[in-house]
Amino acid sequence: MAATETTTVRKRARGARSFWSVMRSSPRMAIGSVVLLIILFAAVFADVVSPYPPNQQNLRARLQPPSAEHILGTDHFGRDLLSRIIHGGRVSLQVGFIAVGIALSVGGLMGLLAAFYGRWVDTAVSYVVDVLLALPGFLLALAIVAALGPSLVNVMIAVGIAYIPQFARITRSAVLTVIEMDYVTAAQAAGSGDNRIMFKHVVPNSLSPVIVQVTLSLAGAILSAAGLSFLGLGAQPPTAEWGSMLNSARQYIRDAHWAVTYPGLAIVVTVLALNMVGDGLRDALDPRRTD
Amino acid sequence: MFGWGRQRSAPPERTSPATGGRVGIEATLLKYIFRRIILLIPILFGVTIIVFGIMFLTPGDAAILMLGENAPQAELEALRERLGLNEPAYVQYGIWLGRVVQLDFGRSIRSGRPVTREVMARLPATIELALLATLLSIAIGVPLGVLSATRPNSAVDHVATVAAFGGLAMPVFWQGLVLILVFAVALGWLPPSGRLGGWQYYILPVITLGTSAIAAITRMTRATMLETLSQDYVRTARSKGVHPRSMIYRHALRNAMIPIVTVIGLQFGQLLSGAVITETIFSWPGIGRLAVDSIRSKDFPTVQGVVMVFALLYALVNLFTDVLYAYLDPRLKTRYS
Repeated sequence: MAATETTTVRKRARGARSFWSVMRSSPRMAIGSVVLLIILFAAVFADVVSPYPPNQQNLRARLQPPSAEHILGTDHFGRDLLSRIIHGGRVSLQVGFIAVGIALSVGGLMGLLAAFYGRWVDTAVSYVVDVLLALPGFLLALAIVAALGPSLVNVMIAVGIAYIPQFARITRSAVLTVIEMDYVTAAQAAGSGDNRIMFKHVVPNSLSPVIVQVTLSLAGAILSAAGLSFLGLGAQPPTAEWGSMLNSARQYIRDAHWAVTYPGLAIVVTVLALNMVGDGLRDALDPRRTD
Repeated sequence: MFGWGRQRSAPPERTSPATGGRVGIEATLLKYIFRRIILLIPILFGVTIIVFGIMFLTPGDAAILMLGENAPQAELEALRERLGLNEPAYVQYGIWLGRVVQLDFGRSIRSGRPVTREVMARLPATIELALLATLLSIAIGVPLGVLSATRPNSAVDHVATVAAFGGLAMPVFWQGLVLILVFAVALGWLPPSGRLGGWQYYILPVITLGTSAIAAITRMTRATMLETLSQDYVRTARSKGVHPRSMIYRHALRNAMIPIVTVIGLQFGQLLSGAVITETIFSWPGIGRLAVDSIRSKDFPTVQGVVMVFALLYALVNLFTDVLYAYLDPRLKTRYS
């Protein structure tokens, strides 16, 4: 009993040490993680953190430049920009997570089945992936939104579908490597069923490249979703969302440059942080692929 | 049969040595191009299913969309009959596909003109924008990447790396707005939108569209150049006293070109996506803006036409890159010359 406890403690200590050593060896990843945590915190506690409700209009304070009262200024309805950006972060992160969740579950399953069963399953899955890749991701999402109709939920679905190929491909190649391992052969020899082998042995050991892809895809999904909202096909007013905020601020670009500058900066910082963490994770988890 | 995307689809088979010199290379290349085109057919067939779905999945009645809410019942019924909307889905798809292979996407709901003509009228503007952006990204990205790779960890390298990271994180739509803000609104140097009126109208859209490609090409050039510069033949050339510049450009860059060409091809897809947004911001009369306008006004035949043209364009560019890739691969030439 005591012995097991010591091992757990030691294991945890080793885990913590390797975490910090990764952080120290990759300052880029450390900065990215801190920024990301701040953004996540602001998004979760948006109601507490923002100085004003995001949709509170004050028509007498329209298009005000940044001041003590409104740190980042106001928009064309006199709404506080900082509050809208904080709430917009919540929307953008939600969209990103749900879209990547869709892509991960569908694409991951496709890749897993293709690699595990091979033969016609592999051919069929690779055909679907090739068809989805026949259009650049953003255009595929655009086409799907065109079919489903403009709304935030449809943007999540569309962006999710557009990212399926990436996950199918990465999972497939990761699983193909793992399947060759001795412990899988051993499990097969011991008579384990397909499901048990897949989810007990193969999936946990194929996760590293998939985790990296999740982080990098989050950045791409947030960009795509904001782009669709910017085109008026995603979040609809008065929802505070970065892309649609930029879209409506566009008309006032001559009078209120801050309404254009800050929501965009929020996107850049978020995407940059996610890319930094993703690249850092890739270097840490998958040493074969650098750059 | 299908190659899991572009990863395995690249080089042609080089198994059987052909009989005579250049003819051999060309014959192999032609065979390769032919095979690639054959493989494209089932993929494009799959795309038509997606494109058909745009119209089919849309909530609401296509006949009402086309004729308006107040159209007489008899007319609506006649149109439904003519479009085959009362038939089961697969029959509808068959009828539609039969027309699409003849490049007939029907008439635009908005303008009443044939979709094919509408798309063709706007296609040159998009291709022009995408080509200029590609040229810009090569002209800046390749030299910058070479500079970074030949002076690793220098100030130039760090600046280029940070700029490339920023370029990749910057949304096209925001960058376009910021450029308008700085160069059109604040400085008044360049026009904020439009196309016909001279070269000034091209600068902001081309930069907006090209930025992420510049970043991607810089990163790729740097990475592959670093790798090539450490190869034995480069070291041999260096020890033989080859001039550094000639070593970089004649030996290293030529061999690094293959992955760079691939990334340029992949970037073209990004450029097509970016064109949709860039054209919307700068009121550029291309097919990207046509797509957005048509989606907003529920002009589905036009949306279908544009999406199909985008897919064709993308397929052609991928084909071209793969062929170029095969052609550039020095192993192909040495084998047959």
